[in-house]
Amino acid sequence: MFTVFAIGAVASAVFTITRKNPVASAMSLVGHFFMLTGLYLTLQAQFVAAVQVLVYAGAIMVLVIFVIMLLNVGTEQQHPQSGGLRTTLGVMMAGLLAVLMGTAILARPTGRVDLPPESLTIGTTEAIGQSLFTTYLFPFEAVSLLLLAALIGSVILAKRHVQEG
Amino acid sequence: MLPTSIPLDYYLILSACLFVIGVVGVITRRNAIIIFMSIELMLNAVNLSMVAFSAFSGDIAGQMFVFFIMAVAAAEAAVGLAIVLALFRNKQTIYVDEINIMKW
Repeated sequence: MFTVFAIGAVASAVFTITRKNPVASAMSLVGHFFMLTGLYLTLQAQFVAAVQVLVYAGAIMVLVIFVIMLLNVGTEQQHPQSGGLRTTLGVMMAGLLAVLMGTAILARPTGRVDLPPESLTIGTTEAIGQSLFTTYLFPFEAVSLLLLAALIGSVILAKRHVQEG
Repeated sequence: MLPTSIPLDYYLILSACLFVIGVVGVITRRNAIIIFMSIELMLNAVNLSMVAFSAFSGDIAGQMFVFFIMAVAAAEAAVGLAIVLALFRNKQTIYVDEINIMKW
């Protein structure tokens, strides 16, 4: 199962960044989120998997697609003087980052192969809820305030400014 | 029932791959919305390694962090897309190389 979801996740991620049409990108990003949901399930994280579908594939992607439709930008044309050197340099930098992270992971293998027995209980909604309202009560309340601030901020930003006078 | 065992390192390497794909997307694309989606890719790559560490060490903290990261990502999505909307209304473009009013 891991192999299927891993290949699916990488393929849909590559699709997301290579499609010219933003709607196609958004659709493969939804696929990517579902692949990640599968990966979370292989790690016994049921609650995170459910929230991933609800928040990412549901809320955030609806917002993104809404904006794409609203702006009606269509397919991206290649800019005459862009591409070339800048893109090559950027991809080289990203390749360097990949090599760095790869060597960092491979130099110190964790050697962990099996999930511990506790992993069956910590991913459940019950365990997450228990922890959310005891240990993490303050961050939980802080996040609600953050969401309210983001709500107000985005309304003000996206509001059409009325001409005064 | 525990699934067939996958080493933790595989999850980490997969997460690194997805993060790099997100970085490439941010660097090479011009469309602000696609750059925004690449940022979501990077956030999700980090979430994956958080959940993997959390599950493999039997500690709930990683999954709590993922929960809060998702909340922050939702807030970021709302504000980011509002900025894109406002930008499009003022400049009639969402291609980041045509938006250079902050360039010195």
